[in-house]
Amino acid sequence: MTQLPGLLDTEAIRKDFPVLDRVVHDGKKLVYLDNAATSQKPRQVLDALSEYYERYNANVHRGVHVLAEEATALYEGARDKVAAFINAPSRDEVIFTKNASESLNLVANMLGWADEPYRVDHETEIVITEMEHHSNIVPWQLLAQRTGAKLKWFGLTDDGRLDLSNIDEIITEKTKIVSFVLVSNILGTVNPVEAIVRRAQEVGALVCIDASQAAPHMPLDVQALQADFVAFTGHKMCAPTGIGVLWGRQELLEDLPPFLGGGEMIETVSMHSSTYAPAPHKFEAGTPPIAQAVGLGAAIDYLQSIGMDKILAHEHALTEYAVQKLSEVPDLRIIGPTTAEDRGAAISFTLGDIHPHDVGQVLDEQGIAVRVGHHCARPVCLRYGIPATTRASFYLYSTPAEIDALVEGLEHVRNFFG
Amino acid sequence: MYQEVILDHYKNPHGRGLRDGDAEVHHVNPTCGDEITLRVKYDGTKIADVSYEGQGCSISQASASVLNELLVGKDLAEAQKIQETFLELMQSKGRIEPDDAMEDILEDAVAFAGVSKYPARVKCALLSWMAWKDATAQALGGADAERKTA
Repeated sequence: MTQLPGLLDTEAIRKDFPVLDRVVHDGKKLVYLDNAATSQKPRQVLDALSEYYERYNANVHRGVHVLAEEATALYEGARDKVAAFINAPSRDEVIFTKNASESLNLVANMLGWADEPYRVDHETEIVITEMEHHSNIVPWQLLAQRTGAKLKWFGLTDDGRLDLSNIDEIITEKTKIVSFVLVSNILGTVNPVEAIVRRAQEVGALVCIDASQAAPHMPLDVQALQADFVAFTGHKMCAPTGIGVLWGRQELLEDLPPFLGGGEMIETVSMHSSTYAPAPHKFEAGTPPIAQAVGLGAAIDYLQSIGMDKILAHEHALTEYAVQKLSEVPDLRIIGPTTAEDRGAAISFTLGDIHPHDVGQVLDEQGIAVRVGHHCARPVCLRYGIPATTRASFYLYSTPAEIDALVEGLEHVRNFFG
Repeated sequence: MYQEVILDHYKNPHGRGLRDGDAEVHHVNPTCGDEITLRVKYDGTKIADVSYEGQGCSISQASASVLNELLVGKDLAEAQKIQETFLELMQSKGRIEPDDAMEDILEDAVAFAGVSKYPARVKCALLSWMAWKDATAQALGGADAERKTA
């Protein structure tokens, strides 16, 4: 077995993930390399979910009975865990959403309805990048269309990094918000936060960071990032689907208007008008995803018991191994950085002119699960002149043997379509 | 699912390239990025030509080739029967085992029976057929023109 420095004890870790034992297609061992799409769930999270429903289930923040109080404590306890996980100065800065898309849409709508000085209108500009997931493009396009604001973006270099050479022309005095991804879901690129934040702060623009592909894989410190908003989702970090997070700086959350109205986000309601609860509740209208939040709390406990720095080191070792092994496959072109430097554990590639759907299908027949298509980042495919890519992405339970299986599988694909 | 017939059509497509037509449509399969531009040329109700350009997976491209081979030269009514039979097969979720009667109608297109077991790939196989239906509606009068993919 291949030994790489920094690897976790995957033999022990994999025992926590029941689904990794599955065999598919008549006896093929599952090789799950689609972690950038969603992660698998450890037993600890599954147990937390069933325990919640079996022992505590009630609606939160209302009712005085035992279950309601315990459910509320569990839900709010999950908020405390998230706050600690991202080093938030205050637990009240952690808003639960259903996913990162909702978090980003929430920011865009806060700014669209805000008063000065935050208001985005026809005299102002919004800045994103060409490597964003559609969830960090479309909300800003909608905001630009509705307000008349101008949408601008950073382009990409040939080796899959942000082209910041014209940063002073892209981010200007007119810029109200700069929203960008910390780790690209398609290219794997880790972006230089500091340079962008510095320029944004110079012109007084707010900064929103999409950390969906960062939170599961590395230590995340919202204070060190110096951003104003950070969005991520639970299901990519061992938690269930249906729970996401928006962190925002407290004074902003106090000033900015709510987006969704409903139960739980109010202070008082009359037929003429309402006043709102303080953040984070102001932004959590309706019954929240309670069990899912509890599941996210359990996922954070699980990840922290292993250590985010150790997970980062494990994935870095795997990525280094994978880019080297993949670059030895004939006709394979990595789309994105070709070294493990400033790179996450999602690797996109093309294989000659074999369509990624065909690559993915033939890999699936061998039990290897990868993602194929645009990865919700079609502008990246257009930028590099390719219809789609095949993407392999790793997590804390991935092994060098799985990368070997991928490389062998790709040989089979080449023979099949060659 | 990758029958030899499908791979043959993928590697050596029939009638590929855009030629003169009465109507042109462009259909995409947004989940995977398959694209096709397709033109139909009618001589009365007889299909004089179906020409196309596209990019995408082997299933989508082979399916366009099979469509060209099957439909060119046919009368509209017969072509519609073929299209409907192919649609029925592709929506069968693998439950239809093509019999001789179906094989007589679909010829090479029966090779796609296995694709119907893969929901993610059914749209690939149907892309050119839906484009053909749309282009035909446009070419033969807009009244019942519709634009949709499966």
